[in-house]
Amino acid sequence: MASTPVPAAAGLLTCAGLGKRFGTHVAVADLDLTLQPGEFVCLLGPSGCGKSTLLRLIAGFETPSAGTIRLGGTDITADPPHRRPVNMMFQSYALFPHMSVAANIAYGLSGLGRAARQARVDELLRLVRLDGFGPRRPDTLSGGQRQRVALARALARAPQVLLLDEPLGALDRALREETQGELRALQRRLGTNFIVVTHDPAEALALADRIGVMEAGRLVQIGDGASLYERPANRFVAGLLGDVNLIPGRVLGREAGGLAGLDTALGPLRALGAAEGEGIIALRPERIALARAPSGDGPALPGQVVETTYLGDRIRLRVRLADGSIWRVSAPAEEACPGVGESVHLSYPPERAWLMPAAA
Amino acid sequence: MKRLLPVLPALWLAAFVLLPVILTLKISLSTPATAQPPYLPVLDWSAGIEGWGNFLEALDFTNFETLASDALYRDAAMSSVTLAAIATAILALIGTPIALAMARAPERWQPLLVALLIVPFWTSFLIRIYAWIAILKPEGLLSAGLMWLGLIAQPLEILNTQGAVLIGLTYAYLPFMVLPLYAVLAKRDPRLPEAAADLGAGPVRVFWSVTLPLARPGLAAGALLCFVPMVGEFIIPDLLGGSDTLMLGRVLWSEFFSNRDWPLASAVAILVLVLVVGPLILFREDETTAREGRR
Repeated sequence: MASTPVPAAAGLLTCAGLGKRFGTHVAVADLDLTLQPGEFVCLLGPSGCGKSTLLRLIAGFETPSAGTIRLGGTDITADPPHRRPVNMMFQSYALFPHMSVAANIAYGLSGLGRAARQARVDELLRLVRLDGFGPRRPDTLSGGQRQRVALARALARAPQVLLLDEPLGALDRALREETQGELRALQRRLGTNFIVVTHDPAEALALADRIGVMEAGRLVQIGDGASLYERPANRFVAGLLGDVNLIPGRVLGREAGGLAGLDTALGPLRALGAAEGEGIIALRPERIALARAPSGDGPALPGQVVETTYLGDRIRLRVRLADGSIWRVSAPAEEACPGVGESVHLSYPPERAWLMPAAA
Repeated sequence: MKRLLPVLPALWLAAFVLLPVILTLKISLSTPATAQPPYLPVLDWSAGIEGWGNFLEALDFTNFETLASDALYRDAAMSSVTLAAIATAILALIGTPIALAMARAPERWQPLLVALLIVPFWTSFLIRIYAWIAILKPEGLLSAGLMWLGLIAQPLEILNTQGAVLIGLTYAYLPFMVLPLYAVLAKRDPRLPEAAADLGAGPVRVFWSVTLPLARPGLAAGALLCFVPMVGEFIIPDLLGGSDTLMLGRVLWSEFFSNRDWPLASAVAILVLVLVVGPLILFREDETTAREGRR
């Protein structure tokens, strides 16, 4: 039983070979995930990618079809939800409508005495800045307040791992950005492992130490935001985290320093990355330099501007290249920008272009 | 037009509920007579104000005094309320797990399950209760089945007892308990019991602290839908109950059709109405407090 709060740092969650099938549908497949103590991890992916199922497997609401879940060295795969030192904050918040805010938060504290329970509830209400809201009913609160009650209730038992399913999904944009900061600060202060499920890449980048990208039940790539952005494992990850130009080609050889030379429809191009054979270059729009005339250093690709969009801080251009493909280019707004129809030359530093295997 | 809308149900209720109740009340204050209609006084419209005066003077509470003094009616009222209350309790005990199972079934099955619950209504109520006679009689299916299983040695003497009436009531009113319960359970957030389990509650605590309190409005509505008509039920006690099963519906029927004592039968009808208004008021108060509690 997890009725006595355990120091959060003791929690080290490990999923090994985890799988879940619903009939013929594979929701989660052969998934390995290890959480470092005190880590904030986001599971990112489109709806139906299995990220919520993974959360429900860890919480114990679903029984895995394969694999094990261990927490702090103990196998908890077969434990029912009420025996796991793991708590969940639900997307719908799932606050008990027939109980007050205080009773909601105290629900998980039945092991404590009356005074200790009251003290803990007061402490949690302060933590989420809802002092004095204890006697209120959940349906008298705003969405943001309900979200904080749900958070306080999920934290009440001092879980080793807190699972949050789209915790900010029901909030409007301004509140969401403010709450992201609070959630992050709270996690740092408590040192509890947080696993957040989200479909919003910006949210994942803002919150997490590490982001796990899921696609069709598989954990495609896990790493910090920068490594996912700079070195995506495949075109899905590359596209998920921001605008990207994808240039297919064939790896011909490698230079000193690890740069690969590729044969593409645009001629020979270079990029960083270990892939062999058929590959794809992922090139971010802001890495591309734009010039009216070919500059002296390095090869430049000729093209013609087909569209410009002024975005305030940047200008987004669409440029048609010699092979007919369109590249997206993002240029600082202060530069005198070429207009539609003008001829331009594009270049990029090859060490900022990432080579991915075509098949992944 | 919008202003008229609330008037329409009011008119309907006045014409088909209030007026009949007033007429029944009037007859219950009359005296039986060998006449057409079989009671006195009859209002003489041609006598004007004086006719009204004579008419009102002739009304009295003799029938209600009879109801109060004759043990037959007291016993019938007691046993009607007791049987209806026991049947309601049994229905709640049986109906709650059925409604829960329906609400937890896969979503595509749920319309089918609701349909299965309603299918018996396609057969006449009378025929279905007759069928229970065939099941419950000593040489019937129940006794034969239990004897074949070796659970009893002698045929059960259950037909024409209060037990048979309870079985009949439970059978006939089950859908009225299950449907409102199911309606409440099906629309609740399925994450609520999960949240309770997540916070360390075992299955028993989840049921008592979350599932049952949330099902309460459905339970109250179902109990009302069953208890109220069961108090006045006639067919089930008449067909399945023995001569010792006195229920108000039966008493009313025999006063009206056998004794042709319309005034006393009307008094019994008013008594049933009064017995049933009590739970209705309780239900209203429960609804009101529940709503205020949410506010």
